[in-house]
Amino acid sequence: MAAPQFEVPKLSDTAYTDVPKVQEGSMGHIKAFVAGQGPQEFLGYPWQLGDDWKERALDRMGQVLKKYRSVRVFLDACVHCGACTDKCHYFLGTADPNNMPVARQELMRKVYRRYFTLPGKIAPWLVGAEDLTKETLDQWFNYYHQCSECRRCSVYCPYGIDTAEITMAGREILNYVGYGQKYSNEILGKVQKIGNNLGLPGPALEDTLAGLEEDIEMDTGVAVKMPLDVQGAEILFVTPSADFFSEPHVESLIGYAKVFHAAGASWTMSSHASEAGNFGLFNGNYETMRKVAMRIRDAALQLGVKRIIVGECGHAWRVAYAFWNTLTGIGYGGDDPFSVELQKQLDPRYKQPTHICEYTWDLIQKGVLKFDKSKNDHRVVTFHDSCNVARGSRMGDEPGGQFTIPRNVIKSVVNNFHDMAPETIGESTFCCGGGGGVLTDDLMEVRVKGALPRMNAYNAVAQERGVNFLALICAICKAQFTKVVPYYGFDMSQVGGVHQLVSTAILLEQD
Amino acid sequence: MSALTAFYIGLYYVAAIILIGGLAYRVYEYATTPAPLNIPTTPAPTTLMGVRFRMFREVVFFESLFKSNKWIWIFGYLFHVGLALVLLRHIRYFQDPVWFWVEFLQPFGKYASLAMVAGLAGLWARRFLVDRVRYISTPSDHLILALLIAIGLSGMAMTFVAHTDIIALKAFALGLVTFDWQPLPADAPLLVHLFLVALLMIIFPISKLLHVPGVFFSPTRNQVDNPRERRRLAPWAAALEKNNG
Repeated sequence: MAAPQFEVPKLSDTAYTDVPKVQEGSMGHIKAFVAGQGPQEFLGYPWQLGDDWKERALDRMGQVLKKYRSVRVFLDACVHCGACTDKCHYFLGTADPNNMPVARQELMRKVYRRYFTLPGKIAPWLVGAEDLTKETLDQWFNYYHQCSECRRCSVYCPYGIDTAEITMAGREILNYVGYGQKYSNEILGKVQKIGNNLGLPGPALEDTLAGLEEDIEMDTGVAVKMPLDVQGAEILFVTPSADFFSEPHVESLIGYAKVFHAAGASWTMSSHASEAGNFGLFNGNYETMRKVAMRIRDAALQLGVKRIIVGECGHAWRVAYAFWNTLTGIGYGGDDPFSVELQKQLDPRYKQPTHICEYTWDLIQKGVLKFDKSKNDHRVVTFHDSCNVARGSRMGDEPGGQFTIPRNVIKSVVNNFHDMAPETIGESTFCCGGGGGVLTDDLMEVRVKGALPRMNAYNAVAQERGVNFLALICAICKAQFTKVVPYYGFDMSQVGGVHQLVSTAILLEQD
Repeated sequence: MSALTAFYIGLYYVAAIILIGGLAYRVYEYATTPAPLNIPTTPAPTTLMGVRFRMFREVVFFESLFKSNKWIWIFGYLFHVGLALVLLRHIRYFQDPVWFWVEFLQPFGKYASLAMVAGLAGLWARRFLVDRVRYISTPSDHLILALLIAIGLSGMAMTFVAHTDIIALKAFALGLVTFDWQPLPADAPLLVHLFLVALLMIIFPISKLLHVPGVFFSPTRNQVDNPRERRRLAPWAAALEKNNG
């Protein structure tokens, strides 16, 4: 860990993070790397501001207002009550007032008012309306990349205003004028050209999986398979590509494979659709998000699978659960030829798509899986609800299943489990600080400071309950925490996946 | 008919047209703008009945605000409930005979005005005292609070201090709705009160008061959490399927 160029916040004495006094401009110096020509042109955007950038920006804003009710209503409905002002982890960690959700929205709302509302056209000074200037555009780029689109503010807003929708609209407009973010846009190029966010080509993936199979067999003496591109398999398994080689992600991949093995499932991964993540969500561009998701539909049709299961990834699960049906027809209830084509192939006995935790929990309830919990006795575990799973999706049949099912899985495989403080989990969960396209080294200060509320809650259970393992179901959370917990004095080995715990405890029968 | 009466009659017709027409236009705008993706803030109800119940709790109890901040909730709730009772009390000016329950509500509505103004004062105080709220407050945020408080105080002045000619006022109000125009009593508190109320009606459809229709159209609150069972497709999104399959 290189010495930080900024002051790392101090942990508090309790699980809670004190609300700081406003410090104007404290994060004004942040600027993510700007996307260059290649990724911008691939996505169909210009790569530098033209003379007409302002017209283009306002033009795009007008289109977004016509296409998205959310943006339209949210820009009108805010009363500046202040309920959201102390809810964002980035504000709590940085004290920059532009990281208060309402102020983040206001960066766009002031432009909306000026050009799209009567009072803003007549008396801009009265209603906080302002011209769109290059300074404002720079502020957008800065502060719309200090938002992880975690939706915590939307829980607390009396009108349900979701700042994520505003951030997405802001990024879409920025892209449209040629002011994109390098990290997200390069990834969106790789996933569409190669099939995953890491740019891992098919043969490399095949090698990696073969290597992992050998490792598992050496370790357990059981020939657990990691099938790729198996025509006619029953299950298509789609997981974030970080699972293929990052630590601790790969431990969960081994866990999934063991679960499928123990269940005797016919499953496969796909080299064409070797990525569950979908950064199209972060950019707020429906067309891009749809194109990325279509690879999974194509793979499902081509391989002839009956079910689709998704690995541990927060935003991927939101896109899969909430959007795949609309974007690609993976789901039920469609009556158009496009969706019927796929739906008649899928097995109606199962939820489409299914989360790996739903799948594992179902097998546990049926008594299919056997565990030796004591193998996890060196661990005292807590669970971090990933923001996109917690507030943008569900598992199982009941509202809140996204909270109970992963915990049920954990409690089935470990003896020592303690939840963090109630105001920091469930629907109130704090983002890891690296979601929504922020997981890049050029935003390290934002990431470290944004992790503060979660680190305070984790520190409290670590001190009081001896917790030493932060269980996750998100590839971004895993990568973020692995990098960030050392800044707060924790070892990165305390970070891992839920299926890593499953992998440790599961008992496999020798063939 | 005096010029004063004529002015107020004209003002109220204009204000009513702007309020009703403006709100109708906004509602039309919100209703016809597609919501292309399923984005309820979860955990969310999985049935339409559940969503109605969620919206009911949101609108009647300010559930999310209660979770969020008890002070804003207390002041906001005092104001809104006070205002609701005061408005119901005002129905008596527009009907003859007066409905039983409107009659029954009179004393409650009278004292609700105190709650209303107290709530507004609390909300206004926060705009000065809490640094985060001070940072986000615009001139119009202060002016709307000033406007509402002035409406409340001028009304209370007539209830608690110097009564106006209520018989004549009722005749004026009934005359407005029946187009049988009657003279307006020229009392200062009444003229101020009526003028400010008309102003409030006029700015309603172009100000943050749009939170009133807005909350019902908020996709994070009014959508059913059933995306695996139901496919939703906005018209502009369906066009993408035709273009490139």
